Amino acid sequence: MTLFFQNVRIVDPEAEEVRTGNVIVDAGRIAALDAAKPPRDARVIECAGRVLAPGIVDIGVQVGEPGARHKESFRSAGLAAAAGGVTTMVTRPDTDPAIDTPEVLEFVTRRARGETPVNIRHMAALTRGRAGAEMVEIGFMLDAGAVAFTDADHVVTDTRVMARCLTYARSLGALVIGHPQDPGLSRGAVATSGKFASLRGLPGVSPMAERMAFDRDMSLIEMTGARYHADQVTCARTLPALERAKANGLDVTAGVSIHHLTLNEFDLGEYRTFFKLTPPLRSEDDRVAMVEAVASGLIDVICSMHTPQDEESKRLPFEEAAPGAVALETFLPAALRLYHAGALSLPQLFRAMSLNPAQRLGLPGGRMTEGATADLVLFDPDAPFVLDRFTLRSKSRNTPFDGARLQGRVLATFVAGEQVFDHREGQDHAHA
Amino acid sequence: MSFRARHLLGIEHLAADEIVTLLDLADEYVAMNRGPDKHSNVLSGMTQINMFFEASTRTQASFELAGKRLGADVMNMSMASSSLKKGETLIDTALTLNAMRPDLLVVRHPNSGAVNLLAEKVNCAVLNAGDGRHEHPTQALLDALTIRRAKGRLHRLTVAICGDIAHSRVARSNLILLGKMENRVRLVGPPTLMPAGVADFGCEVFDDMRAGLEGADVVMMLRLQRERMDGAFIPSEREYYHRYGLDAEKLAHAAPDAIVMHPGPMNRGVEIDGTLADDINRSVIQEQVEMGVAVRMAAMELLAANLRRERAEAAHG
Repeated sequence: MTLFFQNVRIVDPEAEEVRTGNVIVDAGRIAALDAAKPPRDARVIECAGRVLAPGIVDIGVQVGEPGARHKESFRSAGLAAAAGGVTTMVTRPDTDPAIDTPEVLEFVTRRARGETPVNIRHMAALTRGRAGAEMVEIGFMLDAGAVAFTDADHVVTDTRVMARCLTYARSLGALVIGHPQDPGLSRGAVATSGKFASLRGLPGVSPMAERMAFDRDMSLIEMTGARYHADQVTCARTLPALERAKANGLDVTAGVSIHHLTLNEFDLGEYRTFFKLTPPLRSEDDRVAMVEAVASGLIDVICSMHTPQDEESKRLPFEEAAPGAVALETFLPAALRLYHAGALSLPQLFRAMSLNPAQRLGLPGGRMTEGATADLVLFDPDAPFVLDRFTLRSKSRNTPFDGARLQGRVLATFVAGEQVFDHREGQDHAHA
Repeated sequence: MSFRARHLLGIEHLAADEIVTLLDLADEYVAMNRGPDKHSNVLSGMTQINMFFEASTRTQASFELAGKRLGADVMNMSMASSSLKKGETLIDTALTLNAMRPDLLVVRHPNSGAVNLLAEKVNCAVLNAGDGRHEHPTQALLDALTIRRAKGRLHRLTVAICGDIAHSRVARSNLILLGKMENRVRLVGPPTLMPAGVADFGCEVFDDMRAGLEGADVVMMLRLQRERMDGAFIPSEREYYHRYGLDAEKLAHAAPDAIVMHPGPMNRGVEIDGTLADDINRSVIQEQVEMGVAVRMAAMELLAANLRRERAEAAHG
């Protein structure tokens, strides 16, 4: 079907601009960005100045398949993604069992096929069982479609194993995603060390644990020449090391979760376990530094780190509660907080949420140019609402934004020119 | 003067006037406890459950005695050996107990914040008897009463809290209480046993014991919490005792009439010299135990009164 978006504000992250125009989508691609009138038989969507942007490409979505389908299935995650304007989910291998063999990868690929209305790609573990001892079959899994290799929040502590994984990955051009967190300093920690954690009596970790681990990985990247992405950089002290690595020509990029851009350690309040994340929420100074780093482009990618946890995993004393938060549906409204606060422009946001992640993984999407794949999100950046977590489409409702005032609603989501979400029927979706 | 709190979860939630109200009432109970008739009926008809998820002898005994002297029906549950081992969650345990309609729930738990979580799920008054490294409010209140009776005031005193600050809920509660009552607080101990961000706490920090004790009116020793340590905090107990153990020589740096306190149980020869601990001219350690019963009686009476008022208001619509 041919679509005609009339009178729409177009976000182009490559040109770094927002302009008003009419957009034609035909045969799954963007056919024109400055059309005067709709082609014959086109479906005309009157946008009244609403915003059209490249759909979000989310690196690091956890789905509970295999192992925890009661927390999130491919179907429920897919519906949540579509409702959140996420057009490509890139899943994490921290499942049970881990996605560490071509057979498991094939299993999840088959399970996911046809279940999600949005694109889905999978990452594989870097070491077997994410145990940090033996390399996975990187070659076989690349052939089977793995887009990157990561042990998620497990750190490969043995530098010799890590060096060999990186060297081998380099020979195949595979992207390795690291989790910079020194395992010794961070052992047992559930908060960022400082006055707040101390008063709450919670074991804390110094922000230096992130810098140390990042420095270690940079040394190994310099040694091996591998392609590397840090899943989450959350501390100001890590930024000079990242800047230096990039200046030295290492093939390095970095991400940050939307929660670390919009929340800080004080949000833990009276032991609110929905705010328990990996790594823990940081100081306000760190949060501001991360937002500035996204604005400057030093941090390349914003991700959701969508981590579904059921009520039982969260209704526990803080130290015992499972970490992580769902975010597919709150990703865009939370990001728009930064836009409304004047901290980031829409092109800056979509550069980090759509363009950069797609390009880093070599995926289509993320672009607002003629001929580009029509993975798009149409949203009203100003529409205010109060989030009720029980309206979320995820099977798990562990969002830190429950009851929060947010601004910005997804109106429609398109994948290869096909509409996969319409807010008018949004509440009617059966809960899968 | 009034007492508004619904639960006693931490000193953080108490205002200075509430602290004074509670201590004044506790003073009356000290007098009663010293007399021949140690019984009152202010909690008559009420049920008090002591839930201790962490082993404790003295605190549990103190709460039990306090409840019995006020006429409550007291039940002790040693949770370390109960259904939690069978996989029941803390919240389920709380809901089960709540269904038995207790009026006062006294809880100790090894995790910070666990008592706050529990208080959200029950409709009786909850008293925190120590949660992880977070707070131990009745300990701070009994320390405050001991200080007030020994020094004649609870303000403008210099109090040195010494030892394992990082693992101590007693230190946190005392730090907050003494701050609210406008005292000078010093934290003294090896830097490995200081909590992070301690410089922002509004107190002075010393790693030299003698400097930290200089002119102090109150010397509060803490127990070295060996069970909470996972290695490499201090090189050895004998070096710790040499540098941070309280003995007569180090105490000589404090004010001549300084009192010595310890929340117990003591590690004699680790953080405190045994002879000094027993010196009735300096040590108020036994008084602390006595004040503990009185302070817990006062806390339970005030919470029970608020609970009764709340229930009466609810009954009248």
